[in-house]
Amino acid sequence: MSSPREILDLLEENARYTAEDLAHMTEFTESEVEDILAELEESGVIRGYQAVVNWDALETDGERVRATVELNVALDRETNYGDIADRIAKFPEVTSLRLVSGDYDFDLTVEGDSMREVSHFISDKIAPIPEITQTVTHYIMESYKEQGMEFDDHDDDDRLSVSP
Amino acid sequence: MTLEPADRVDAVPPSGIRRFFELAEEMDDIISLGVGEPDFSAPWAAREAAITSLERGQTSYTANKGKRELRERISRYESAQHDLDYDPDNEMVVTAGASEGLDLAFRALLNPGDKLAVAQPCYVSYVPGATFASVDVVDVPTRVEDEFKLTRDVLEASGAAEADALVYCYPNNPTGATMTGEELREVAAFCREHDLAVFADEIYADLTYEHEHTSIATLPGMRERTVVFNGFSKAFAMTGFRLGYAMGPEDAITAMNRIHQYTMLSAPTTAQYAAIEALDNCLDEVQEMTAQYDRRRNYVLSRFEDMGLSCFPASGAFYAFPECPWDDAGEFAEALLQEEKVAVVPGTAFGEGGAGHLRVSYATGLDDLKTAMNRIESFVS
Repeated sequence: MSSPREILDLLEENARYTAEDLAHMTEFTESEVEDILAELEESGVIRGYQAVVNWDALETDGERVRATVELNVALDRETNYGDIADRIAKFPEVTSLRLVSGDYDFDLTVEGDSMREVSHFISDKIAPIPEITQTVTHYIMESYKEQGMEFDDHDDDDRLSVSP
Repeated sequence: MTLEPADRVDAVPPSGIRRFFELAEEMDDIISLGVGEPDFSAPWAAREAAITSLERGQTSYTANKGKRELRERISRYESAQHDLDYDPDNEMVVTAGASEGLDLAFRALLNPGDKLAVAQPCYVSYVPGATFASVDVVDVPTRVEDEFKLTRDVLEASGAAEADALVYCYPNNPTGATMTGEELREVAAFCREHDLAVFADEIYADLTYEHEHTSIATLPGMRERTVVFNGFSKAFAMTGFRLGYAMGPEDAITAMNRIHQYTMLSAPTTAQYAAIEALDNCLDEVQEMTAQYDRRRNYVLSRFEDMGLSCFPASGAFYAFPECPWDDAGEFAEALLQEEKVAVVPGTAFGEGGAGHLRVSYATGLDDLKTAMNRIESFVS
């Protein structure tokens, strides 16, 4: 009954599950899990493993500034969305880039060490791209939930320690 | 006249879990696998519906049997989910938890001195509930070699043929055992042959992992002699809302409602609004929680196997019931708590049939479960 899909569900829940953990939770053996992971990584289904970080909780000066940017573009015969996306996605400051329906075309997330750095990046690197007709930048002031994880849920375990 | 406990109250010993609970409460940083309720909070949509109902001032009593909108939904849900067909007007009463429903059935449908066969090990309330109703208990101990299922053999051997009614719970607390429709057939045949009423506690009905749940009331000739109990505590993770329901033939429900209307009046109103929302919009979350329990079940069973702890493949609820490596499961559980800070419940807390076993609840996040299993492994090796 177990399928590679199940492994993906589990890793999406917690990317630090070991092959041994995954084997215990599914009908695969540990070495089968390792083979499946290798295959999923090889074929590009699994693109990486990242921590979900609440930067605000870090009480040092390691604060990160993030902004979401709405982009409008004008296409022509030689340029399609993919071409524009390729150019934008190459910048390491861009952490996510999506084509969306609605009032604007692209939705991107930009990260930097300061508002100044992010502003400069958008005015110097993004806005001048010829096809881009408009940018609207929204700085993220507080993050409450990322990748399905609430940063301040109050669901503490208040159950009795032993109950029938 | 003094305020001494009545004899039938005095006859009930304190809960076997109580002492263990007190021990665990005194200690810090324990990982408890001794909890009989979900670790998930109630689905947010259900909680929000409760809040909204309070904001709107919906704080009055409801009809004795529960809000009609809720009974209609329960009726549709039970029909779709478990093939059960009960009229929301006459064959159903919404109760303060399934436990209230069982108490109502014992008192409304049995006479003092009647005999109630109790499949064991079982939830802690059945035997005291029978005593409070002045009903005599016939112990029906199920066996590990039958994977704690009820069989004709154990029913016959225990003298259940003489009983007036049978109460059982499948999927089972504390064993995690389930019964298929085929296996229930011989139980049903026995009850028909010996004219037993059946009180089927199906509170864990939606938490099965190997096969779909079958209600005994769907088997031929059983609907008229069965009351089915279910509720929102387990699959919907709504224990604190205290909401359950009982379904059965009109005469039985009318009798139960006669007690309910005087003693409870109606089940908690806020909880009824939450339950309506739960049935309308929270089934995906139930499915997701069930999937999580199944993974944890696989994890726990697989770890027990690796550490050489014999455990039958529990296939429902959120319990595993391994054999205790020591003779005295109570001593083992106490030592495990003191030395490794892991709480499990000795099987004897659920009746003699549970002797020699431990109830291990996997209603706990996987990280804690993993740590707890590591500690149990080092303790038994």
